Amino acid sequence: MKTTVLSLTATLALTAAAVQAQEVRVYNWSDYIDEELLTQFEQETGIDLIYDVFDSNEVLETKMLAGGSGYDVVVPTGTFLQRQIQAGAFQPLDKSQLPNIDNMWDVVTDRTDVYDPGQEYAINYMWGTTGIGVNVDKVKEALGEDVAMNSWDLVFDPANMEKLASCGVHFLDAPAEMIPAALNYLGEDPDSHDPEVIARAMEVYEPIRGDIQKFHSSEYINALANGDICVAVGWSGDILQARDRAAEADNGVTVEYIIPKEGAQMWFDQMAIPVDAPNPEAAHTFLNFIMDAENMAAASNYVYYANGNKASQEYLNDDVIGDPAIYPDQETLDNLFTTTPYPPRVQRTVTRLWTEIKSGV
Amino acid sequence: MNLRRFALIAVPYIWLLALFLVPFLIVLKISLSDIALARPPYMPQLDLSAGWEGITSFFAALDFENFVFLTTDDLYWRAYLSSLQIAALSTFITLCIGYPIAYGMARAPLEWRATLLMLVILPFWTSFLIRVYAWMGILSNEGLLNQFLMWTGLISAPLTILNTNTAVYIGIVYTYLPFMILPIYAALEKMDESLLEAAEDLGCSRIQAFWLVTIPLSRNGIIAGCFLVFIPAIGEFVIPSLLGGSGTLMIGKVLWEEFFSNRDWPVASAVAIILLLILIIPIILFQRNEQKAREAEG
Repeated sequence: MKTTVLSLTATLALTAAAVQAQEVRVYNWSDYIDEELLTQFEQETGIDLIYDVFDSNEVLETKMLAGGSGYDVVVPTGTFLQRQIQAGAFQPLDKSQLPNIDNMWDVVTDRTDVYDPGQEYAINYMWGTTGIGVNVDKVKEALGEDVAMNSWDLVFDPANMEKLASCGVHFLDAPAEMIPAALNYLGEDPDSHDPEVIARAMEVYEPIRGDIQKFHSSEYINALANGDICVAVGWSGDILQARDRAAEADNGVTVEYIIPKEGAQMWFDQMAIPVDAPNPEAAHTFLNFIMDAENMAAASNYVYYANGNKASQEYLNDDVIGDPAIYPDQETLDNLFTTTPYPPRVQRTVTRLWTEIKSGV
Repeated sequence: MNLRRFALIAVPYIWLLALFLVPFLIVLKISLSDIALARPPYMPQLDLSAGWEGITSFFAALDFENFVFLTTDDLYWRAYLSSLQIAALSTFITLCIGYPIAYGMARAPLEWRATLLMLVILPFWTSFLIRVYAWMGILSNEGLLNQFLMWTGLISAPLTILNTNTAVYIGIVYTYLPFMILPIYAALEKMDESLLEAAEDLGCSRIQAFWLVTIPLSRNGIIAGCFLVFIPAIGEFVIPSLLGGSGTLMIGKVLWEEFFSNRDWPVASAVAIILLLILIIPIILFQRNEQKAREAEG
C-alpha cells in the first residue's frame, strides 16, 4: 500500500514537471514554415508545440509591449526587434543551449548586428526583400508586350497604374516598408527620419492611390495565384509562393517576382524569446532545432525565403539557392537597402501620412 | 433586514464599479500619461513603493496634452462624425427591417412563435467572424450576388460592393438585426390585442390604431433595440476592416492605428474616452428626460 502511494506521488510529481517542461508556444508569421517541421520537432523532442500566426509586426509589438503574451518564441522584423529590445521585451539568449548557432551566416549576422549586436537576443530566421509580384500575361496585356518590368515605374508611374487599375493592384499595408520604397524611388534616403523628407512620399502616392484596389499584407498571395489581381507590391517569398501555387493549380497564371533596378528594401525576421516566456528552456530547444542545417533548409525550400544559415545552403533546392530573386547576386545585393526604427514622434508622422495615403483624410 | 436591503442595493453598484468605473479610470489614467519606450509603453507608472512621494510625482506628471492633440488634427472629429453617421443610418435601416419582422412574429399563431424566435437566434450559432467572411464571398466581384445578377441579365459588368461603405452597412444591418427584433418582439407580444379592438370601436382606422396604439406601446422595445444596435455599431472595428475599403473612416479603425501602428496608448485612450463621452452624455440626458416624463404622468 505504502509503495503504491509513493509511486503514485512520484508519478504525479513527474507528470506535473513534464507538463510544465513539455510545451512551447511559437508565434510566427502566417505561411512561413513547412508544417511537417512542427510535427518533426514534437517527435524528436517530445515537447508539445503550440503554433500561432500573425500577419503584422504591429500586432506582435503590441502584444510584446503589453507583456504576458504567453508566447515562448516570437518573430519580429529587425527594426521592430531593436525597439522591443530597448523596451525590455526580450531575454538574452543562453548560447550554451544553442550549439547550432555556429551554423549562422556572417553575411546576414553582419547586417542584423545593427538591430541586435552579436545575436544577443535573437537569431535570424528568414530574410527577404520587398518588391513587385506580377501576373506576367495580364501586365503585358495592359501595358503592351515590351513593357519594362524591372523598375518601380511599373507601380509608381501614374500612367502605368491607370492602365493596371482595372486588373487589380494590391500594396502591402506596411508603412515602414512602403514609405521607404517611395522615398528610394524619389532618390531620397529611404531610411530618412526627417518628417519633411518623409512627407515627400505623398508625391508618389497622391496620383496613384485611387488606382490601388487594396492595402493588405497577406491576401495578395491567393489573389495573385488565382489571377484576381495582376500586380502586388509584397514580400519576396510570399510572391514566390503565389508563383508556386499558380503553377500547381495549372490555371494559366504565371507569377514572377521582381527586385526593381532602383533597389528594394531588405529585411530580417528574427526569432527571440520574450522576457516573460513561460518555457524559456523549451524555447531554446526550438531555436536550436530551427538552426539545424537540414531543418532550416527544409523551411526555406518550402516557403521560398532565404535564411541566415550558412550550413543549410548545401541542403537547399536548386530553385531556391539558384534563384536570384531569393538569393540575390552581389550586384543586386549592393543595391538593397535596410532601415532603422522610427522614433515615436516620427512614427506618428509616418502612420498619419499612411492613413492619408489610404483614406484621403 | 437592513443588511439584506443594503446587499440588494450594493449588488448593482458593485457591478457598475467593477465592470465600468474601474476600467474607465484605468483608461483615463493612461490617457493623461505620456508615450514611452517601455513595457507597458507609457509613463509615468504609479510607483506605490515610493510611498506618498511616488503618488504625488505620479499625479504631477499627468496632463491633458493628448486631448489637446486630438483637436489639432481633423482626422479625429471626421472619424467620430463618420462613425456616428454610419451607426445612425444603420440603426434606422435595422429598425425599418426589424419592426415588420417582429410585428409579424408577434401576430403569428401561438404555436409558430417559438420556431420563429428560434430562426432569429439561429445565426448566433455560427461564429460572427465566419458570417462576416461569408458576406465577403457573397459581395465580391466574382461573388454570388454579382454572378446571380449577371445571370439574370440585370447588369452586364459586376457591381463593386465589397470594400465600400455599402458593404459596411450591409454587414452592420445583418449582424445587429436580431438585437433589434428581439426587444421589439418582446414588447409587441405582451401587448393586449383588445386595446386595438377598443381603438377601432372608438372610430380609429386600422392604420390609425397602429400609429396611436401599437407604436406607443412598443416604444420601450424600439428604444432598447436602437440602443443595442447603435452603441456597438459606433465602435465597430471588425465589420469595416473586413468589408469596408480604405476610404471607410470609422473611429474603431483610428483607435486600432493609434494603439497598434503608433504604439501610442495615451492618445488611443484619449480617443476612447471621448468616444465614451459621446455615447454616455446623450444617453444620460435621454434617461433623465424619460424619468421626468414618467414622473409627470404620475
